[in-house]
Amino acid sequence: MAIVELRFGALPAHVRTARLVAAAVARRSGVDDGLIDEVKLAVGEACARALALHEAHAPLEQVIVELSESPSEFVVTVRDCGPPDAAVQIPAARTEDMSALLESAIGADDGAASSAPLQLALIAGLVDELSVDRDGDHTNVRMRWSLNHVAHA
Amino acid sequence: MDLSLSTRTEGDRTIVVVGGEIDVYTAPKLREQLIDLVSSGAYDLVVDMESVDFLDSTGLGVLVGGLKRVRAHEGSLRLVCTQERILKIFRITGLTKVFPIHASVEEAVAATD
Repeated sequence: MAIVELRFGALPAHVRTARLVAAAVARRSGVDDGLIDEVKLAVGEACARALALHEAHAPLEQVIVELSESPSEFVVTVRDCGPPDAAVQIPAARTEDMSALLESAIGADDGAASSAPLQLALIAGLVDELSVDRDGDHTNVRMRWSLNHVAHA
Repeated sequence: MDLSLSTRTEGDRTIVVVGGEIDVYTAPKLREQLIDLVSSGAYDLVVDMESVDFLDSTGLGVLVGGLKRVRAHEGSLRLVCTQERILKIFRITGLTKVFPIHASVEEAVAATD
């Protein structure tokens, strides 16, 4: 069960709020200080991905962020109302692939956005476990960090 | 913290000093700045990221977009960063192979490779 739940409308400014809330709850839940930046980045990426889907497909719906803990883990689930095909497979977090993903995500003339595959690949490199599944009209991006040990260098 | 941006020139290089958080909300400002610089003929850029507190994939995308723009004019885009938490993001994404990353503005300005 979530210990903190945050809902925000599809505005980029709110992603920062979600990051800060996630960092505060992670710290309180006992996530190692050295991993807080990774929690912030992973949650920010997941929220930015959800935001892009909402802007395109469900601008009036809210993105839901659920933060929960158990003695052994800290879990953040970001729930979006994007289309079913947005529940994509998680790309392998291999750096050469990610560099290519990023390059391909940049439009030749606008040099703008990033892409969902890149965001998921980056998240995969920051968490102990990442899963993406479809639940009714929602897609859940679930990120898990183990407590009591440092899993990442 | 919001994004802060300032620019100055040193010789033929344009230094862009970035501070604060580069994310999905603030990255468009940085993109606009880089586009304006390239449009005004500044093709050799040094982006000083020593005061950046946070960087996400949107920010990385803007930097890659800037690199593509200056390369179209045979220019360069160098980064200045010694913060481990920011460097780590470049390493995870493999972008340490794409961007020259320097330890100081002086070093980036002097670099010619």
